[in-house]
Amino acid sequence: MKIRLDEQTIALRAAKEFENGMVINLGYGMPALCANFIPEGRTVFFQSENGILGYGSLGVDEEKDYELINASDQPVTPLPGMCFFDSAASFDMIRGGHIDLVILGAYQVSEKGDLANWGRPGRPATGMGGAMDLASGSKKLMVMMLHTTKEGGPRIVRQCTFPLTARNCVSKIFTDIAVIDVTKEGLVLREVAPAWTAEDVQAFTEPTLIVDKDLKEIEL
Amino acid sequence: MPVNKIYETCDQAVADILNGSTIMIGGFGSFGGLPINLIVALAKQGAKNLTVIANQGGVGFELSKRIKPDGYQDIGILVQNGQVRKFIGSVPALGGMPPTSPLEILYSEGKIEMEVVPQGTLAERIRAGAGGLGGFYTPTGVGTRVEIGKEKRVINGREYLLELPLHADFALIKAHKADTLGNLVYRGTARCFNPTTAMAARTTIVEVDKLVPPGEIDPEAVVTPHLYVSRIVEVPR
Repeated sequence: MKIRLDEQTIALRAAKEFENGMVINLGYGMPALCANFIPEGRTVFFQSENGILGYGSLGVDEEKDYELINASDQPVTPLPGMCFFDSAASFDMIRGGHIDLVILGAYQVSEKGDLANWGRPGRPATGMGGAMDLASGSKKLMVMMLHTTKEGGPRIVRQCTFPLTARNCVSKIFTDIAVIDVTKEGLVLREVAPAWTAEDVQAFTEPTLIVDKDLKEIEL
Repeated sequence: MPVNKIYETCDQAVADILNGSTIMIGGFGSFGGLPINLIVALAKQGAKNLTVIANQGGVGFELSKRIKPDGYQDIGILVQNGQVRKFIGSVPALGGMPPTSPLEILYSEGKIEMEVVPQGTLAERIRAGAGGLGGFYTPTGVGTRVEIGKEKRVINGREYLLELPLHADFALIKAHKADTLGNLVYRGTARCFNPTTAMAARTTIVEVDKLVPPGEIDPEAVVTPHLYVSRIVEVPR
């Protein structure tokens, strides 16, 4: 039976990309969950726009310290060696290329890796927060998103129709049915959710996918 | 620089804010780091036609219960009161919340102006204003609607946008501890926009959890040097 992965499972898969020693920024919403899935034996350092480096997993809401949160307003657990800094210093780190990996949520990603993740129809007053700075400054940007809209339409599109965050910035996409790399040749389908085929994924994807000859089931 | 910076109440500390002032407000947006008591005092004081510069536009008391169960006031109260003419910030309204914040409602009705600025650009524009710079070039926003109307320049083969400094008449900020001279330390992620904001206004007003005599804060640990601070109110939380 074709099942779509839940958010926790997508986060588990995305976190497999964490490499030892990386400084990582996790975006608002779904990507923040990745903090709970660091692969065993690896040490990484989470940075958040609101001025914190080196926090641990997400904390418990009932015990929330409102002065120890990530940029998604979630409580985080303190770790030895954690440090704080102001917003201007935080964005020096972000713009200046000092963050190894950024994982953001998205409304749309284009086949060229353009990202649209802050504005949508009917919401005139939302803003991009730190997403544009993260997208322009990180060494590597990956996206975690649901593959389709609530109505079943594609979010991976030829051209973004929602306001852009940055152009040509996304290198990898994790969805509830697939893992896709953005390459110069186009979008390469690397992994599919259990029982899904490349044709199934293509049916929900606007641009034509290049199917990896080693296409496999999503590794968890 | 005033010699006595201590005010008994937030009401007294914001009493002379005039209609039409530009107000910068520190914090990130939610409860931690936000100068809530100064914001509430400004709401009572009633100054109108304000330009407010802050990271987030506030969710208002009702939606704040989704962040902190007993709720709290934020910039939303100033917007709701009709005191704000223009808002400049990176997240006027949160996409993860219903579209019912005071700012989103008034903006939809065409009753408030808005300038949306990427968060890093906002922090740097404030720092540029604080440090006497005429602006800076940033890659953030290139190829998006943020570049509209801005000078674009190629430096070392990469495109950058010219961004201009921000200044304010008053800054309202929150710190953890002040000495009576105005040296400040912060706590945890409540630091965020507060130290930068503290430096960019003619008059900076800080609410602190704790006021101590000079010498009690380790000089090596001071985050905001006292010359930036004009007024201090102790409001234990």
